[in-house]
Amino acid sequence: MIPERHLNIAVLMLFFAVPAWALIMDEPFTITLATRAAILALAATGLNIALGLGGLVSLGHAIFFGIGGYAMGVLAFHAQTYTPMQLGGFEIAGTKSMPVIWLVALVASGIAAVLVGLLSLRTSGVYFIMITLAFGQMFYYFAISWRAYGGEDGLSIYVRNDFPGLNTLDPIQFFGLCATLLCLALLVFWRLARSPFGLALGAARQVPQRVETVGLDPVRLKLVAFVLSGMMTGLAGALFADLNRFVSPTMFSWQFSGELIVLVILGGVGRLMGPLIGAGLFVTLEHVLGDITDFWHVILGAILLVIVLFARGGVVGLFCGKARPDA
Amino acid sequence: MSTILVIEQVINGLQFGVMLFLMAAGLTLIFGVMGLINLAHGSLYMIGAFAAAWVAGLTGSFLLALVAAMAAAALAGALVEMVVIRRLYAADHLDQVLATFALILIFSEGTRWVFGSFPLYLDIPEALSGTVTLPGGIAYPLYRLVLIGIGLTVGLALWALIERTRIGMQIRAGRDDREMIAALGVDISRLYTGIFALGALLAGLAGALVGAIQSVQVGMGEPVLILAFVVIVIGGIGSIKGAFIGALLVGLTDTLGGIFLPEIFKLFTDASTATQAGSALASMAIYILMSLVLIWRPTGLFGRAA
Amino acid sequence: MKKWMLGAALCAISSMAAADVKVGMITTLSGGGAGLGIDVRDGFLLALEQAGRDDIEMVIEDDERAPDAAVRIADRMIQSERVDIMTGIIWSNLAMAVVPGAVAQGVFYLSPNAGPSQLAGQGCHENYFNVAWQNDNLHEAAGAWANETGYSNSFILAPNYPAGQDALTGYKRMYEGDLAGEIYTDLGQTDYAAEIAQIRASGADSVFFFLPGGMGISFLKQYADSGVELPVIGPAFSFDQGILQAVGDAALGVVNTSQWSKDIENETNAAFVESFEAEYGRLPSLYASQGFDTANLLISALDVADPSEDPDAFREALRAANFDSTRGDFAFGPNHHPVQDIYAREVIQEDDVFTNRIIGTALEDHADAYAAECQM
Repeated sequence: MIPERHLNIAVLMLFFAVPAWALIMDEPFTITLATRAAILALAATGLNIALGLGGLVSLGHAIFFGIGGYAMGVLAFHAQTYTPMQLGGFEIAGTKSMPVIWLVALVASGIAAVLVGLLSLRTSGVYFIMITLAFGQMFYYFAISWRAYGGEDGLSIYVRNDFPGLNTLDPIQFFGLCATLLCLALLVFWRLARSPFGLALGAARQVPQRVETVGLDPVRLKLVAFVLSGMMTGLAGALFADLNRFVSPTMFSWQFSGELIVLVILGGVGRLMGPLIGAGLFVTLEHVLGDITDFWHVILGAILLVIVLFARGGVVGLFCGKARPDA
Repeated sequence: MSTILVIEQVINGLQFGVMLFLMAAGLTLIFGVMGLINLAHGSLYMIGAFAAAWVAGLTGSFLLALVAAMAAAALAGALVEMVVIRRLYAADHLDQVLATFALILIFSEGTRWVFGSFPLYLDIPEALSGTVTLPGGIAYPLYRLVLIGIGLTVGLALWALIERTRIGMQIRAGRDDREMIAALGVDISRLYTGIFALGALLAGLAGALVGAIQSVQVGMGEPVLILAFVVIVIGGIGSIKGAFIGALLVGLTDTLGGIFLPEIFKLFTDASTATQAGSALASMAIYILMSLVLIWRPTGLFGRAA
Repeated sequence: MKKWMLGAALCAISSMAAADVKVGMITTLSGGGAGLGIDVRDGFLLALEQAGRDDIEMVIEDDERAPDAAVRIADRMIQSERVDIMTGIIWSNLAMAVVPGAVAQGVFYLSPNAGPSQLAGQGCHENYFNVAWQNDNLHEAAGAWANETGYSNSFILAPNYPAGQDALTGYKRMYEGDLAGEIYTDLGQTDYAAEIAQIRASGADSVFFFLPGGMGISFLKQYADSGVELPVIGPAFSFDQGILQAVGDAALGVVNTSQWSKDIENETNAAFVESFEAEYGRLPSLYASQGFDTANLLISALDVADPSEDPDAFREALRAANFDSTRGDFAFGPNHHPVQDIYAREVIQEDDVFTNRIIGTALEDHADAYAAECQM
């Protein structure tokens, strides 16, 4: 067993070393892979707030990922075609500016998370899993039939959006942007887990009655966590859309919600670096196994099974043992 | 829109609901007794359909194909229970979701490995093809009537099994109090394997029956799986009666929504927009129904309070 | 990564410069739609093998029918493998995700299947060539054939997604009669009892449907068993060689429209059908013919110019389309989409195998409706 702090530092160093090596070796695709891992890790860190800290097994986090994606897609689409958006009599111009898009993505996914959270948190356990799944399906089918923005075909954005002072088309610069946001999100998660709010949330997860006796409303605590979680995943969606320069309803699919859970569990539920480790492993597996065989999903499935059955606590649990109750 | 058309659509909705019930019954039974969420239930449906298509191709007999479907699915179910699922009963829902998600990956690609990427052929038997005329002059496919009959029979048999037999008593006891049945000296692991195989058998039967009027292909299980989850959540997880009512509700909502929502929209807007918007809303209808039910009753129609 | 080093043995003997052109193929090799991708790939590889080309290195990847996987692979092919030419995508939504970015980075893209309207109209590009059809074409042909047959009250249905909406629009563009009904079904829907009841009650004289893959199989089987006996017409996608065997008797006699059929009479086609069957042990589908044609177009242009050294000359050579197509005459319109005959075929049974036979020409030298919007 090694202290979790040491593992965390090692993971972060590896995370930055790989693209640095790729830059020197002129392997731009490896940088793209690292960027992909960073964005997935950001989405999974969002889920980790709900899942790890709040104990909310959401099988609908693709909702927020998709909303973030479509925030980028819709705004950039209007900027790209020079057509303003019609919004109840108002005309709003599209934009190619990342900060504006991120803000819209955060707000839009936050609002969605409030609505979905308010309704879903009336239930618990399996019912919660299933109702979030149902909301996800609603958004998925809506996106498919939303012809104005491509329906199932999705939207192609020809050029990546702009960030002041950077050339975002350069893989390493875009990686830097995503990595910075990921680090900020990790910081938020770390502070949150140790804050009075995080402690109360942890208590609400384990013994809801005790929280109520000190005058806190466990549902409200969980709702706040769910909204924060959704917003972070929404931001990741906007970045993911920019990485691919493309959005489509598959971002809303329940399989993606499932994959996000896989990422978190692979790394370690509730652990600071769990999502990053999970995302890094997932991207690597996908890349390496995909080369070996067309049937690589069978191997991925087998690996997941082994982890669930024999390595509870994911990679972090494997190296560092059980989490302290407050982390 | 004539009354006859409406009646015919209601029968269609019932038929769809009854098939969903076959899927949902196994899921809800497994959850009720063992407390397990099985995402891989759709894979057992697929295994049933593939086994049926394969045997029907070899022997030409639909009856043998059905038997093969049930046997293959039950066998696969029992095997999976003994190798994997057994270790998950004590785990939390999160681990169960993940492990059974992994099983989907393995089953789907494994099936494609064995049977290839093209859809398989399975047709309804000669004796059951064609239509019969119902009172009121509705020409309705005989096979679909048979499906309704089989579904209702299975429902009745399940009810009898659970309410009237010794095994049923153990199942009910297991649902109420897991420690108690161990104390009664029941071999729990045998009971659990049996229940899991029974659920799998029903899924395999549904896969074969439905496969004959649809296409037998990899990935056919997942859409049905999600619908079956909607069904058991609406009905209340663990309740067979709830699964039955929920299945009919979902079947009717889905079928009638697809017909009537575009018509309703046509009252407000032009035909083409109405068709598109109505169809869009119809595809979301059952999920809206499910959220409404859960907001009204957080543990479903017949579920017990958590 | 799977690399097919074709003609590696030949290469050793002739000691020519090997693998100086790199072709990236992204196609669907796993999951529900894998049959189509496998056919395109096999048709393509057959053409390369017959030409004995040792200077073409293939990089083939499975997109799992997922747009983001396709984009990821495209990024890798362009950034890491540094391919000159890309091809292979089956589905329009994947093509829309990959093609605009790829051609903007200077890669040539030859489409062996998908032909979304955006890429034919305003989004056309000088480096994008479609060797199959524009998405609307086969539906337009179905509408034209309905006129010719004398249908005047059609019931039309398709899934509620862009390709489905385009299908109904395409049919209505040519069809001159009335509509008895127009329905959008769910994408992936498997039970059509409700729709068939509506068809029965509608008083239509014919049914046009576009339901690709498993949806079409389900619909046809249920329709055949419903006792509704109205004639059915549809595009070839629900009647290709891979799917027909799963539909069985239910498809017999159904008219479908296609730009290719195995009984088109020309030498190239006869040789293609024979050699494909010999090589892979199954009859080719229209997807296989499209893959085969795409490869031959590519080879014809490579004989003229090297895409990395002189892209302009290479592009001109592609535009000339100077190759023997399985469809007989083949020419590109101004937007790099085919101008071609589209046939009406009928499903028949030969021995134990279900297949198609041409019964007439639905449209001659047909171009697409979007060419005027294209400015290159």
